[in-house]
Amino acid sequence: MSTILSLPDQSTARIPKRNYLTNENGILSWLLTGDHKRIAILYLISITFFFFIGGALAGLIRLELLTPQSDLMATDTYNKVFSMHGIIMVFLFLVPSVPATLGNFLIPIMVGAKDLAFPKINLLSWYLYLAGGGLTLWAMITGGVDTGWTFTTPLSTHYVNTNVVTTGLAIFIAGFSSIFTGLNFIVTIHRMRAPGMTWFKMPLFVWSHYAASILMVLGTPVLAITLVLVVLERTIGIGIFDPAKGGDPILFQHLFWFYSHPAVYIMILPGMGVISEVISTFARKRVFGYSAVAFSSVAIAVFGFFVWEHHMFIMGVSNYSTLVFSLLTMLVAVPSAIKIFNWAFTLYKGSITFETPMLYAFGFMGLFTIGGLTGVFLGSSGTDIHLTETYFIVAHFHFVMVGGMLMAFLSGIHFWWPKMTGRMYPEKVSQLAAVITFIGFNFTFFPQFLLGMLGMPRRYAAYPPEFQVLNVFSTAGASILGVGYLLPMIYLVWSLKYGKIAGDNPWQATGLEWQIQSPPLTQNFIEIPVVTQDAYDYEWLERQKEHEVTQLG
Amino acid sequence: MDHISPVIWQFLVKWLTDFAVIPPEASKIAPQVDALLVFMTLVSLVGLTLVALLVTTFSILYRRERNPVATQIEGSTLLEATWTIIPLGLFLVMFVWGSVLYFRIYTPPPNAMNIYVVGKQWMWKAEHPGGQHEINSLHVPIGQPVQLTLISQDVFHSFSLPAFRVKREAIPGRYTTVWFEATEVGTYHLFCSQYCGTSHSAMIGNVVVMTPDDYKKWLESSTSGVSLAQNGERLFASLSCTACHNGRPDARGPSLANVYGSKLTLSNGEHVQVDDEYLRQAILNPSAHITQGYAPIMPTYQGQISEEGIFSLVEYIKGLDSNYRIQQTTNTTSFSPAVTAKSAAEGTVKP
Amino acid sequence: MDSHAIALNHAEEPHHDHPAHLRHHFVSLEQQNETVSFGMWLFLLTEVMFFGGMFTAYLIYRNWYYPAFVAGSHTLSIVLGTVNTGVLITSSFTMAMGVWCAETKRQKGLIVSLVLTLILGFAFLGIKAVEYQEKFELHHVPGAHFDAMSFVHPKAEAGQPAEPGLPLDMARKTEVYFSLYFAMTGMHALHMIIGMALLSFMIVKAARGGYSHGNIAFVENFGLYWHFVDIVWIFLFPLLYLISRHQ
Repeated sequence: MSTILSLPDQSTARIPKRNYLTNENGILSWLLTGDHKRIAILYLISITFFFFIGGALAGLIRLELLTPQSDLMATDTYNKVFSMHGIIMVFLFLVPSVPATLGNFLIPIMVGAKDLAFPKINLLSWYLYLAGGGLTLWAMITGGVDTGWTFTTPLSTHYVNTNVVTTGLAIFIAGFSSIFTGLNFIVTIHRMRAPGMTWFKMPLFVWSHYAASILMVLGTPVLAITLVLVVLERTIGIGIFDPAKGGDPILFQHLFWFYSHPAVYIMILPGMGVISEVISTFARKRVFGYSAVAFSSVAIAVFGFFVWEHHMFIMGVSNYSTLVFSLLTMLVAVPSAIKIFNWAFTLYKGSITFETPMLYAFGFMGLFTIGGLTGVFLGSSGTDIHLTETYFIVAHFHFVMVGGMLMAFLSGIHFWWPKMTGRMYPEKVSQLAAVITFIGFNFTFFPQFLLGMLGMPRRYAAYPPEFQVLNVFSTAGASILGVGYLLPMIYLVWSLKYGKIAGDNPWQATGLEWQIQSPPLTQNFIEIPVVTQDAYDYEWLERQKEHEVTQLG
Repeated sequence: MDHISPVIWQFLVKWLTDFAVIPPEASKIAPQVDALLVFMTLVSLVGLTLVALLVTTFSILYRRERNPVATQIEGSTLLEATWTIIPLGLFLVMFVWGSVLYFRIYTPPPNAMNIYVVGKQWMWKAEHPGGQHEINSLHVPIGQPVQLTLISQDVFHSFSLPAFRVKREAIPGRYTTVWFEATEVGTYHLFCSQYCGTSHSAMIGNVVVMTPDDYKKWLESSTSGVSLAQNGERLFASLSCTACHNGRPDARGPSLANVYGSKLTLSNGEHVQVDDEYLRQAILNPSAHITQGYAPIMPTYQGQISEEGIFSLVEYIKGLDSNYRIQQTTNTTSFSPAVTAKSAAEGTVKP
Repeated sequence: MDSHAIALNHAEEPHHDHPAHLRHHFVSLEQQNETVSFGMWLFLLTEVMFFGGMFTAYLIYRNWYYPAFVAGSHTLSIVLGTVNTGVLITSSFTMAMGVWCAETKRQKGLIVSLVLTLILGFAFLGIKAVEYQEKFELHHVPGAHFDAMSFVHPKAEAGQPAEPGLPLDMARKTEVYFSLYFAMTGMHALHMIIGMALLSFMIVKAARGGYSHGNIAFVENFGLYWHFVDIVWIFLFPLLYLISRHQ
């Protein structure tokens, strides 16, 4: 296998003495930093922590489902476990995953700025995230919460006596962290682009983050107020969602899904941005139909706001409103299809190599295609009736969120690891991890499509015995998947000390972030670049290299 | 195969022999839903294969070894239009097809027989018009459209019948309906599929589909002796509904004979079709549902009647075609105390 | 790098004598100010969405339970509501004066305006507290102590005939009205309290001369926030106090 990897001579190469990691020392210099790159690292550490907690809970869920009876734990313990799994994975891992780590690190560099527009607010958002995460853990330790991550009223307001208020406040706080991140991105992209960096010269990573940020900024406040109302209803007993007092629990569903459907686009759009960068780099080719991919991100963001009711097709909403929302759901599927085909055709006449980020990206394309197409099963109202609230839903959103987003996250982490740390991850073992993850993932979640078709409802601690075999498959797959996730954790930490020195541009990529040293300086650029080239302009990169050679010669 | 544990072996054999990807098709709508599911699965498979083929073919043809220098291509409007329009067309077909099914599943035929279902933590209570009560099971005849009127008395539940491909949320505070026509005799799963608290996964039961003869026998053997409408009549009297809704010329409330299904004009000028939901609301929130020409004097019965009691009243009013019996009741000065006591036990909320 | 940017800035905008407050990651003060105010407007947009959830609920329930909303609304004191509207609009005026003083570098004027704004904020919250107190005594606060009977049998107020009573089922729906009343005005009051905390901070900083060197972006953007809170009230007042007052 050939590779595009070009590393400096390891015997002479050194990590640059001055970089954002060594600029200041001491724990306080991290805790009080305004540097977007350091905040990205802080985020990376904290979301990894929460990912593994959420993952451990997922392991418990799969273990319990090994047998049809609820024998490993009592049903209410199981309910708390899956609720916590959902809450942690959605609000503390998926929503901040790519934006808060890679986005934070890269967006200012990609648009040619020295930092995000509001460094202090960026740091504040990390503290809010920690406060939200800490409160969630506190709620978990002091008895947990068993409403599911959806907080359905009136169950959450009147019928459970677990820590709904604490968890609600935790998500409220974490929500503000997400709002501030989104706000920072939008302002930075609008106001801080380097000279010459027009909208259509921006990398697609920036476009997709822009689209996701719009959703964060406009959607999250609605979730915030909804949770406030739930908390008020639970504590003092206001009656906005309480049918006994004349309130309407369906209104809660509308308000909740008004955020929580766009939230899935908050989760997936940044991942799509990663895939655009990775595929272009390893095919050595500009992204096929740049503007179509850029606009499809914005289209997803816009349409994404008008499809929330498809979560409520069986909840007694008017048949005619179902018609409208089902149609809009079909429309929002189209931009995703466009992206998939554009990525596939980016490979056409490329010069392709298969390093780890590319393998994860291929994994993403396959799994996201399945996840997206099964979404159409659920968007079509007639089949939604049979499939909703079953394991089909569970499989569908895990294909999109885990198969899509997590694959993209890992792809991006490997891709930009040399930029973030200055060192390479070990190639062979990471390729193995990518393959293991892909296999384990399919083993875990594909049987769940079948379970859902057969009608097994989600959130069941015990189930009829005929569903056991498929559940055993799924649990077996989950243990493979677990290995696939532990491996990167281990070798990436290992590489911090023993990894090869990466040099400025190990992938020969075109982005602005690859034209500066790795790890970058605190102020990113020695001189603010003047941008003349398009995004993914490999010819420009060649000319730059020749230019350097002639100058040196 | 000695190295495979016999337990696992038996397990696999059993599973492979019973292997299924979809539950039995036991209702009239099931094959129609399955047809769309098959269509979607085929389209998905074609789509997935196409993507996989493109990616693998390009990966082989244009790998670095074979094609060291990439050819830069901006894009192609024609190609992009193709993969915008074709998926859009396919999705629209699925949308139309799915919507047709959706309307079919949620629009009961006029000749459907009605069964009332109350969901509560953590059981399903079915009330048949003949006075049969069931918990976590539902007996239905074959070849007869059955409409379910659902409500929850606490949290959201969801009445899921995978073998019939139907499902409907039971919501506190309002009726929802779903219908099906069973086509295969047998016993099928009934699930609560909306998470509803601690024993969510124990809120399961069976739907028993019977031949019309067996069903008749079952009805006779399991009746409580008082039909739903009879129970409703008793409640109607014991809650003193008869004082106003008696059809006399000087009555303070509108006559309820043949009111079900009719079009009413309300005091605020709105026109409404009287259905189950309207009757329920008129009992619980009367002041927002005043028939034109009457004064808003009806008291609310919220907190006084159970959901089953309201079902009884609704069923009674549905069948009410004359005020003769009401007037008979009000003419006799006293009720039989035994009947009043019994009806209180059947439908009102115990203190 | 920074010195270069500052030098550039000197050349372009000579009237800024001390651009020390130009943060290192901006190229020019102009860019910095534009960026900050863009961020503020975006933040206000999120606030619109935040209140939007409650306005949606209000819209639905007002349609469903109109008589209850009328009855609930009529228990609010239109006098106190109007006074509070006046107080808040005046505070917006003093805030705008504050921004003007900051722009024209009138330190004393700025401090006086901010203090006035703060006092008016306290006045608003004080009046609001009196109103809440009355609701509490009448058992109109939603929750366990809520009592709808005063809407079934309204008492005649001094000089005015009693309003017609509501049927019990509709009277109970006033709890939804009061839920929204407390949620909306409560969230508004919370925004006031946060605003007043920031105001106090600004007064201290202004007294130390912190806004005397042209670095007034904070004052300007706080002004936007304060006007936004004012505008929310301009919506709340008619929606909550003035339902069907012409009858």
